[in-house]
Amino acid sequence: MTLRASLVALLVAIAVALSVPAAQAFCGFYVAKADSKLYNKASKVVLAWDAGKTVITMASDYEGDPREFALVVPVPTFIERDQIGVVEPALVDHLDAFTAPRLVEYFDNDPCSPPVAYMLAAPAAIEEDASATIRRRANSLGVTVEATYTVGEYDIAILSAQESDGLVTFLTESGYRIPDGAADVLGSYIKQKMRFFVAKVNLGEQQRLGATFLRPLQVSYQSPKFMLPIRLGTVNAAGPQDLFVFALARHGRVETSNYRTMKVPSDLAIPTYVKGSFADFYKATFDRAVEQTDMQVVFQEYAWDLSWCDPCAADPLTAEELNKLGARWVSDASGQSPGRLQVFATRLHVRYDRAHFPEDLMLMETRDTSTFQGRYILQHPFFGRLTCPDGETYRNKLRIRLSQEAATLAALTGWRYDEILAKVKAQSGPTGREDEDPDTSWWQKLWQ
Amino acid sequence: MWGSLALSPRWRGWLVDARHYQIASLATLLTLNLIWLDFGADPRACAVLIATCCLTQIAASRIVGIPVELRSALITSFSLSLLLRTDSLWLYALAAVIAVGSKFLIRIDGKHLFNPATIAIVALVFGSGRAWVTPGQWGAELWFAALLGFLGIMVLQRARRADVTIFFLLAHAGLLLARALWLGDPLAIPVHQLESGSLLLFAFFMISDPKTIPDSRLGRLIFAAAVAGLAHYFIFFAQVRPGLYLALALLALAVWPIDRLLPAPRHQWVPAATPGGQA
Repeated sequence: MTLRASLVALLVAIAVALSVPAAQAFCGFYVAKADSKLYNKASKVVLAWDAGKTVITMASDYEGDPREFALVVPVPTFIERDQIGVVEPALVDHLDAFTAPRLVEYFDNDPCSPPVAYMLAAPAAIEEDASATIRRRANSLGVTVEATYTVGEYDIAILSAQESDGLVTFLTESGYRIPDGAADVLGSYIKQKMRFFVAKVNLGEQQRLGATFLRPLQVSYQSPKFMLPIRLGTVNAAGPQDLFVFALARHGRVETSNYRTMKVPSDLAIPTYVKGSFADFYKATFDRAVEQTDMQVVFQEYAWDLSWCDPCAADPLTAEELNKLGARWVSDASGQSPGRLQVFATRLHVRYDRAHFPEDLMLMETRDTSTFQGRYILQHPFFGRLTCPDGETYRNKLRIRLSQEAATLAALTGWRYDEILAKVKAQSGPTGREDEDPDTSWWQKLWQ
Repeated sequence: MWGSLALSPRWRGWLVDARHYQIASLATLLTLNLIWLDFGADPRACAVLIATCCLTQIAASRIVGIPVELRSALITSFSLSLLLRTDSLWLYALAAVIAVGSKFLIRIDGKHLFNPATIAIVALVFGSGRAWVTPGQWGAELWFAALLGFLGIMVLQRARRADVTIFFLLAHAGLLLARALWLGDPLAIPVHQLESGSLLLFAFFMISDPKTIPDSRLGRLIFAAAVAGLAHYFIFFAQVRPGLYLALALLALAVWPIDRLLPAPRHQWVPAATPGGQA
C-alpha cells in the first residue's frame, strides 16, 4: 500500500470512528419498569412520521360510561374512511412497556430502571349520528359534515366549519359537552383551515364486537404539519395532565421545536430498597423534574433505534407491530432481519396545562441517533465475609457510596435524606445469600 | 461616551469594535450551554467549528493576500455552535468551510453577499438533509437575560446599523401578534413564540451583520420587514421550520439592488481607524 493509500485508509478509519454513535454497554439485567399506568389523566399517542405522512394512534385511558366518551381532534386535512382504523390496545401498551424508564440491578455493580408514559386530551361526549337532518342543521350553522364513518366500535364524523360558534352549537346539540372557552380554540383551528375528527362510541357495534374497552383510534394523513394538538384538552382541564408521545421516525430522535426538550435524569445509582417501589420512585422523580423546570419542558424518556435494545424493558416490537402502529415504511423490510427496521423511537413525556403550554406541540425529526433511556441503577453491596486487608477499604468506601446513593435519591425525588438513610441502614442486613458472613457480620457495624 | 475616558486611541478602537462584545457574549452563552444548561451544543462540534472557521479564514486570507482577521470567523463559529446540529462532525467542518468560504467567493461590488452562518445553515439543512437547527428553547429567564445583554451591547457600542435588529424584531413581533389577533389566540402564544434563543441569535448576530445588509437606513427597514414577512410565510404557511434563515439567505440577493436604489456610505467596523475586518 502506498503512503497516500495508507493515509486515505487512516482518514477513512477516523471518519468512521467519529461518525459511529456512542452505544452504552449493559452488563446487568432488567428488573423493573414504570409504565404509563402510574399516571392519572394520562394520554398516550403514537405518532409515526415519514416525510409528510403522519399516522397518529390515540389511546385513551377513558374508563367511564362509553356513552359519555367523545373525542374531538383537529386534523390538517380531510380524512377518508380507509385512513381511519382501530388498533389493539396491546400494541400501544407494548411500545409503552418497551420504552419505559427502567431499573437495572448489579451486584456490587448493578442497575435497574423503568419509565413512564401517557397521552392526548379530549372533550366530552356525542350521542347522535349524522343523519340527513343533522347535516341540514349543521349546514345552517356553517358546519359541514364532510363524512361519517363507522369504524370498529366508533362512529366518526369529519367536520369543517366556517366559524366557531356554529361548531360549538352543533357539537353541543349533538350531545358533546363543549367546555367554556373551547370556542376560541376551535376558532383558531378553523382559521388555520383544519378539520375536526370527531368520534363517539357506537354502542351497538361495541356490543356486537364484544369489546369491553375502547380500542385506540388511528388516523393517517398527509400534511407537512408535524404537530400534536393539545390546546383543546387544556381548556377545561382540572389541573395538569400527562401526555406520552411515542414518536416513530425513520432517521432519528424527534423533539419539540417550540418547547424545550430535555432528558430525564438518568444513569444514576440509587439505594437498593427502591427495587420494591420503583413506580413510586419514578413518579416522584418525574414530579420533581417537572417542578424544577417550572413545568416548561418536554421530557425525553427514551430514544433508541428499535432494531436493538440494551437492556430490553420488554420484548422488542416486531416489524408487523411497528407497521400497525403506523411505521408503514417498515413493511418493505419486514422480510429482512430485524437489524434493518429503520425505526427510531422517541418517548416524550410532558405534563402540561394551559398556562405553561399555550401552544400545540410542534414536532421536528432530527438526525440524532444517539441512544438514551431513563435508567436507574441498583448496586447491591457484598455482605460476605471480608477476609483480606482490602476488606477494610471496601467497607469504608461502601459507607460513603451508600450515603451518596441516599443523597442522589433525595435530590431526585425530594424525599428527606435522613429518612432515606434510615431505610438504607435498616437494609444493611442479612440477605440470605450463601456467602454471607454467619458471625456477627461486619455490615452490622458499618454505620457505627 | 468613550470620548470622555482617558484611553489611548488604540484601546478606544478596541472597545468600540462591536465584534469584541459579540465574541464575549457568544462565548458566555456557549460556556453556559456546556457547563450549566444543556441546550444541545456538543463540545466536539464547537472545537471542529472554531478550528475549521479559523483555518479557512487564514487560508483564504493568504490566498487573497489580505491580513488575517479572525474575529468575524470566531463569531461565525460561535453562532454555528449554538444553532446548527448535524449527525456528523464532518458536516460541521463543511459548514465552517461554506460559511467562511462564502465571504471570499460570493461577493458583489466589494461586499460579501451572505451572512456566513446563515448561508452555512441553509446549505446544510436544505442541501445535506442531515442537519437541523436547534429550537433554541433556553427558558424565559436566560432569554430575558440574553435579550438585555445583547441590547446593552448594542447601546454601548452605538452601532448605527444595529437598527436593523430593532426593525426586524418589531416586524417579527408585530406579525406574530397580528396572527394571534386574527386567530383569536391568547397573548401567551405570541409571547411564547418570541421566547426563543435562536430568534435572538438570529436578530443580533445574523441579520445584523453590517456587511450583508443595505447601507441606508430606509433600505435596512425595508430589508428587515421583508425578512420577517417571508420568514412568517415559511414558518406558518409552508411549515418550513428554519424559515428565518432561509428568508435571510434569499433576501440577501435583494441587498445589492436596494443599495443601488438607496445609496449610502459603506460600513466600517472601526470608524476611520485601523484597517478592520476585511471580509
